[in-house]
Amino acid sequence: MKKVGKNIQKSDAISLVKGKPVYTDDLAPRESLIVKVLRSPHAYARIKNIDLNIALKVPGVECILTYKDIKRIPFTRAGQCYPELSAYDKFILDEYVRHVGDDVAIIAATTGKIAEKAMKLIKIDYEILDPILDFESAIDNKIIVHKEDDIFTKIPIGFEPKRNIAAKIDLQYGDMEKVLNSCDIVFNGTYKTQAQAQAMMEAQTTYTYLDHQERLTVVTSTQVPFHTRRHLARSLGIKTSKIRVIKPRVGGGFGSKQTSHSEFYPSLVTLLTSKPAKINYSRKDVFNGTTSRHKMQFKVTLGAMKNGEIKAIILDGLSDTGAYGEHAITTFGSAGKKVLTLYNKIEACHFKGKAVYTNNVPGGALRGFGVTQGTFAIESAINELAEKVNMNGVDIRNLNMIKQGETSPLYNMITKGAGKEPMYMDSCMLEECVKTGVSSIDWIRRINKVETNGSKKRGVGVAIAQQGSGLPNIDMASATLKLNDDGFFTLMSGATDIGTGSDLILKQIAAEVLDVKIDNINVYAADTDITPFDSGAYASSTTYTSGNAVIEAANKMKEMIISYGGKFYNTSNENIVFENEIIKNIKTGDSISLAEFSNKITYNLIHTQLIASGSFVPKKAAPPYMAGFADVEVDTETGEVWVADFYGVIDCGTVINPNLAKIQAEGGIVQGIGMALIEDVVYEKRGRLATDSFMQYKIPCRKDIGNIHVEFVDGNDETGPFGAKSIGEVVINTAAPAIIDAIYNACGVRIRELPASAEKILKALNNANN
Amino acid sequence: MKINITLNGEKKVFNANYDDYLIDVLRKNGYLGVKKGCDTGSCGACSVHMDGKVVLSCATLACRADGHEITTIEGVQNEATKIAKYFANEGVEQCGFCSPGTVMSILYLEKCIENPTDEEILHYLNGNLCRCSGYQGQLRAIRMYLEAKQDEKSW
Ligand code: FES
Ligand code: FES
Repeated sequence: MKKVGKNIQKSDAISLVKGKPVYTDDLAPRESLIVKVLRSPHAYARIKNIDLNIALKVPGVECILTYKDIKRIPFTRAGQCYPELSAYDKFILDEYVRHVGDDVAIIAATTGKIAEKAMKLIKIDYEILDPILDFESAIDNKIIVHKEDDIFTKIPIGFEPKRNIAAKIDLQYGDMEKVLNSCDIVFNGTYKTQAQAQAMMEAQTTYTYLDHQERLTVVTSTQVPFHTRRHLARSLGIKTSKIRVIKPRVGGGFGSKQTSHSEFYPSLVTLLTSKPAKINYSRKDVFNGTTSRHKMQFKVTLGAMKNGEIKAIILDGLSDTGAYGEHAITTFGSAGKKVLTLYNKIEACHFKGKAVYTNNVPGGALRGFGVTQGTFAIESAINELAEKVNMNGVDIRNLNMIKQGETSPLYNMITKGAGKEPMYMDSCMLEECVKTGVSSIDWIRRINKVETNGSKKRGVGVAIAQQGSGLPNIDMASATLKLNDDGFFTLMSGATDIGTGSDLILKQIAAEVLDVKIDNINVYAADTDITPFDSGAYASSTTYTSGNAVIEAANKMKEMIISYGGKFYNTSNENIVFENEIIKNIKTGDSISLAEFSNKITYNLIHTQLIASGSFVPKKAAPPYMAGFADVEVDTETGEVWVADFYGVIDCGTVINPNLAKIQAEGGIVQGIGMALIEDVVYEKRGRLATDSFMQYKIPCRKDIGNIHVEFVDGNDETGPFGAKSIGEVVINTAAPAIIDAIYNACGVRIRELPASAEKILKALNNANN
Repeated sequence: MKINITLNGEKKVFNANYDDYLIDVLRKNGYLGVKKGCDTGSCGACSVHMDGKVVLSCATLACRADGHEITTIEGVQNEATKIAKYFANEGVEQCGFCSPGTVMSILYLEKCIENPTDEEILHYLNGNLCRCSGYQGQLRAIRMYLEAKQDEKSW
């Protein structure tokens, strides 16, 4: 292969580093009205009265909108394919506010300062209600987060708002009771993961204007332009055809931009005033007014034999979806579906639980999308079980985990329209991942010996994980290739590069199929008016799903070039070969360069434009796998943990661009280390978020990170583009459980509730000593 | 009020309110390479040089820049291009949003320390957060950039 598997640089790399204006806020028209959102200071309240009289008098204020000015239309902000598996439980503005930071009023003014001044002069009379902040007491609480009757779901997901239940899950196979009774050991453990902030560097930003046809144009930092267009059409009550969504460069997403947020407000202002409008979220807005990883809790039951064979798993969970149910069922479902399949030898399995409403900031998508939470629970439990059966973390996994060519009935249960045929994981290289990690970290020696250096103890730990590659029979991507005069291509894609380098990945794939130079392809992504549909940067889907769509488009384009080559040389297609940007008539030996050929067919001879499109929807699960090994040092005097080395061994099939894949992996592992040790969302008593800036909410900085070693095993999935599977999400999943295991192996303290802060560890150490 | 700044070597006069932050004045006047990642001086995306020293422009009042020299990424395009090549080689400009601020800190580090150790690199750049890259690759890129510069010098 010439282009796939190579370290090619992104075409915009140099510009990005040089600070060229490419992000939404850089591009917004200077004359835009500045939009701000007044947010609720209360976790739960009814707005009794809003007095705008004084605020409206501030010179420069263009308009102030409250729920009284807006048509009441329930919708969901979740960026998912239609019909969404999320409740239509949100209104752009409502009489009730359901979390601190919920939107109350929209202010547009000529400058940000004027808008802020006006915001302070809005007088609101709230009827303050008691909130539910503890998700464990949400179900059937007398406080009901959503009392309104006009909210609903399009698909049954177990929605019972009057009981504070946003969604329910119940999946099982095998005779659980019987299997558990036959087990030598039944292990029970409860594990909790915290809400985690995406903390992408660029905040949500949108600007809007009416174009020359009076259509609403929305330029926005989003992962899901097509879904956002649909959300806007519904919530604003206008036709989809009247909206165009454009995505410029995006300064990071990690799921934060997979839910629409900042798009609604300037859109409303522009529709009302016909003027361009812009909103640039402050970091406070991001923390209070968007979403974070769902906080979850799992009770895990494992049934096993003395020899370590695992026969049954019960995963009983609870997810805090916060005030709104975006991605409630999908993240929660993934927490079991994409984790339990790892242990395919079990005879009985039960995955159940509920996602519940509270008056906390809503949960949403974040890299790993629930799988991270589920992996923490299951993998921690497996590590605890290992000890009970006198095995180590690697041996117990080698005995129980899925291996190449195996299957699990769960794959069929979780795949829409899967039928009865078992889905074999032919490309699963998990065994190889574990093996490689074992030798890299020197597992056998290290697991049998804790190193002590003064107050510091060092230990190793392990976890495995998988993810998906797009959602089978749901995610859909398409791509269009256009041959321009002078022989270069435009690749139009609805996929959104949020920093992952997916534009380049798609280009490499197209260049490989077409056998042309990388620079001969320009990627144009994503503009809902121009580029074909794509579900977006979503569900680990881009390389796999969009990549396959690009392959189809490129193959069709190749056929077209050959067939027009035949016309050009007046011969049958069999005589035409298209290679290395040359079209050759093998019968006569004549040849023409692609550049000359495209000029001729455009200007002189055939007068045609060659355009080819391809679409793809995954048909089966093609999970990437990973084994993570942590080597940590715990200071038993301070409780501080230092991840000295982390080894991530990954099977993502063929690696299309090793550099980009490696950085994806390193970045994901660091995000996982953050989740394991330091990142913590803290609420005050009445539901105010105490960690709503980077001062209080800590993400890892350079000095927090030890060495990270990333290795790829040689994999290949025949359904993937050139054998590739996804990479972006799986890389975060092993960090927390492996680190927690290593902490235990180092100092005997088992943390079951993330993050494993120094304080928690120290307390546990002290308890153990007393 | 009027603020006189020598900006990227040119004398400029800007209008600003007494409570405007430097980042807002810079961005308003077209210096869009200065990025805003937070509002609390915690992320480093807005790093610029003031009289040759790194400052956070989101935490510096514009009036404090009056009579001083300010350098933004726009003023160091050649230097940034050199660093950018090493970043691109490693693929560590993922979303790129943190990169201009990081470049400003690298340039300051170079000024302060002749031949920095990894420890020193991390120390000087610790205030520049990056959520995408995981830092390791950036360290590799910075090391290679600095080594190449050393080689050039010793020629
Ligand atoms: S924007 Fe200045 S430090 Fe974050
Ligand atoms: S590259 Fe995205 S924050 Fe650093």
